[in-house]
Amino acid sequence: MSLRTPLSEAKGLGSAKEGASHWWLQRLTAIALIPLAIWLAFAVAKLGSADYETVVAWLSNPYVVVALIIFVAATFYHTQLGLQVIVEDYVHGWLKIVTLVIINFLCIVLAVIGIVALLKIFL
Amino acid sequence: MAQFTLPANSVVKPGKTFKCPTNSNNIKKVTVYRYEPDNGENPRTDTYEVDMNDCGPMILDILIKIKNEMDPTLSFRRSCREGICGSCSMNINGSNTLACTKAVDDYKGDLKIYPLPHLPVVKDLVGDLTNFYAQYASVKPWMQADTPPPPDRERLQSKEDREKLEGLEECILCACCSTSCPSYWWNSDRYLGPATLLQAYRWIADSRDEATGERLDELEDPFKLYRCHTIMNCTNTCPKGLNPAKAIAEIKKLIAARRN
Repeated sequence: MSLRTPLSEAKGLGSAKEGASHWWLQRLTAIALIPLAIWLAFAVAKLGSADYETVVAWLSNPYVVVALIIFVAATFYHTQLGLQVIVEDYVHGWLKIVTLVIINFLCIVLAVIGIVALLKIFL
Repeated sequence: MAQFTLPANSVVKPGKTFKCPTNSNNIKKVTVYRYEPDNGENPRTDTYEVDMNDCGPMILDILIKIKNEMDPTLSFRRSCREGICGSCSMNINGSNTLACTKAVDDYKGDLKIYPLPHLPVVKDLVGDLTNFYAQYASVKPWMQADTPPPPDRERLQSKEDREKLEGLEECILCACCSTSCPSYWWNSDRYLGPATLLQAYRWIADSRDEATGERLDELEDPFKLYRCHTIMNCTNTCPKGLNPAKAIAEIKKLIAARRN
């Protein structure tokens, strides 16, 4: 049983004085992903069952690669921000820290893999 | 980690049925959550058959009739019976509301009455609101101003500025909204919840208050404020028709506005 006062428990460690960037960037990446995802869906549908050379030629267009790199970066940043919120909601204690670290690492690794793959084809 | 089943000593068991003592043709079956902290038994649900030909129109009238005439051991909070004290907040047929302002005729069929969700139960329909009140106190819900009031009169406020407090100052702190919020269920130790955030915004929106910056500083926190994911249960359930979700959105907008 805790002998701390209810007010002391409610105040806890005080305000972290952050959270606004996270909230704002989650919305920014979401807005950015709307046109990017629609464009990508149409582009991939248009490529359809095109052969290897056609796809590589498509990926040699700098506009396409720039858009795809932004798409990959925004996707994994948005994923990381969203998963962080879910984990903070439902997971508590040391398991929360471990899960957050794993999610951060995975999102960074996947984003870098995607970007390097795109650059390898482009360059 | 999230817990998906109730602990063994919290599983609700079926309880007693209290038959209607009269031969009435207008009977309402009311199932009520019962828990007694002293006997070591699990919570149970007792069913009361209430004669509606001899009962007032509101849910609170049913509870008072049960307590007076059928089962004096039933515990619940009530005071003003007109929706201004916020005492008789409870979960009726699945949503939080005030028993005194909710008409029996608003529900078809049987009634199920439970305490507010996800609070420690003190007894029967009485939940422990200690943390809820402490969180309310933590946002300093009073006017803070360095400028002393004029010596000869009160602090003035324009009609337009006073109108900004409409929809905020009516909150009676019944806790219906906070205890309907899943974010508050999982993190009520750190998330302030819709009621406290609406009250915090009531002082941020007050033109006479001079501590807006400090108030926003205190609220800008991943848990205190940003656990709100605009689920909107708070606004759906508010028995006073207020919009805590909008108040929270206004706080987020002000915090964003002062950054750029």
